[in-house]
Amino acid sequence: MLKVDEIDVYYDNIHALKGVSLEVLAGEIVTLIGANGAGKSTLLKTLSGLLRPKTGRIDYFGQSITNKPVQSIVQSGISHVPEGRRVFANMTVAENLDLGAYIRKDKKAIEEDKQAVYALFPRLLERKKQLAGTLSGGEQQMLAIGRALMAKPKLLLLDEPSMGLAPLLVKQIFQIIQEINQNGTTILLVEQNANMALSIANRAYVIETGNVVASGTAKELQSSERIKQAYLGGM
Amino acid sequence: MEWIQQFFNGISLGSIYALIALGYTMVYGIIKLINFAHGDVFMIGAFTGFFAISVLNLSFLPALLLAMIVCAILGVTIERIAYKRLRNSTRIAALITAIGVSLLIEYIFIYFRGAQPEAYPEVLAKETYNIFGAKISSQSVLILCVTVILMILLQFIVHRSKIGKAMRAVAYDQDAAKLMGINVDNTISITFAIGSALAGAAGVIFGIYYTKIDPLMGIIPGLKAFIAAVLGGIGIIPGAMVGGFLLGIVETVVSASGFSLWRDAAAFIILILILIFRPSGIFGKNAKEKV
Repeated sequence: MLKVDEIDVYYDNIHALKGVSLEVLAGEIVTLIGANGAGKSTLLKTLSGLLRPKTGRIDYFGQSITNKPVQSIVQSGISHVPEGRRVFANMTVAENLDLGAYIRKDKKAIEEDKQAVYALFPRLLERKKQLAGTLSGGEQQMLAIGRALMAKPKLLLLDEPSMGLAPLLVKQIFQIIQEINQNGTTILLVEQNANMALSIANRAYVIETGNVVASGTAKELQSSERIKQAYLGGM
Repeated sequence: MEWIQQFFNGISLGSIYALIALGYTMVYGIIKLINFAHGDVFMIGAFTGFFAISVLNLSFLPALLLAMIVCAILGVTIERIAYKRLRNSTRIAALITAIGVSLLIEYIFIYFRGAQPEAYPEVLAKETYNIFGAKISSQSVLILCVTVILMILLQFIVHRSKIGKAMRAVAYDQDAAKLMGINVDNTISITFAIGSALAGAAGVIFGIYYTKIDPLMGIIPGLKAFIAAVLGGIGIIPGAMVGGFLLGIVETVVSASGFSLWRDAAAFIILILILIFRPSGIFGKNAKEKV
């Protein structure tokens, strides 16, 4: 479905991604784990078109999306839930969801999908007329995910959905991520919470200072000594 | 009854300030630029209306529409040519460019047309109504109506339409807006178009109300509208409306109290006071973020 081939990405002079390659197959949950500053978010931003790779190629369903503008990437079915949620705090929950469906014109189906998002996150239904800025961190995360779902993505890019949330809430969010996946959306999940991420993923990539240093099925990585030492708290 | 009269004069002047201030505040809201060329767009609007009425023999509403369209095109052109490429540069660079664009418009216009003022033709029948002993001209009533209709229309566009939601999204967070599939460049252009169209309408209204226009007429109302925008809270649309009306009323009251020489000074004193005591303006909140 998605094939990233040897991309290099720079922030001004900083070489943030060094020849990164990875692949996501339709229907999978793939997770990308690594420390702060390893380049995980940079990779997601490059996939959604916010950043451009200097070299390398990104293919989506066999077609290059390497230098496409963000809006055509969204249109082709890739939605990105950015780090820090980035909800529109000055707008209501319902307006945020409307914006998620900005690229769509099928009004009736949009309304149905909105109800589906409310079914997935009943808290959002209770607060639909509230400004997004007044929601708790967990609710904002739900809104950010719901907003991305409104574009009807085939591939959902999730950047640190567990950040700053209480453990119980993290569990809930991860359950919902699995549910979204079971409903047919492929997921690429960036996480620092490697334990949690590996527990729901099919496959994983480990990224360190801009390089992919390990990859394999989630089970393989969970049992690798090196990964345990570095990312799973050495258990 | 004198005071009711002055109040109406203030509302008329305030309408003009408010319409110009809306463009300032919308543009600031979306790209954080004080578009100092905005007063000159207002001037071009006034002259377009003049041309439409006296040469094309149009009546008030078509002339108003034509001025709004010409100004919308002018605003988008300025944005595309001068400001777009500065979007990632420092704010001071963009600000200086805006001042440059302002001077460019003024003096190109003078070069081709001359600096002489023009007397605005009378397009509106002038009647005077007597309300509680105050003499209210039909013109000021019409001006107020047009202004209010335009503001309602603007509120509708910003809060109900898809493009309005896109404008608010881009103003709040450009990258997040892009991730929704919003075309940020187009959204910014539309914001310039709407803001400039309102300035164009203000230009025509100014011409009709004050009957004299000239190529440098945009400078002072431009600055005053900027003050109005800051007074209401720059970037906040209802703030620009309230700030405009308030400033118009204050200026008129100052004049009517016998301090007409202090009229402009009063506006700038308001600016200084607001910058010292409440820089975020009447409607502004101190930015709070939830992490």
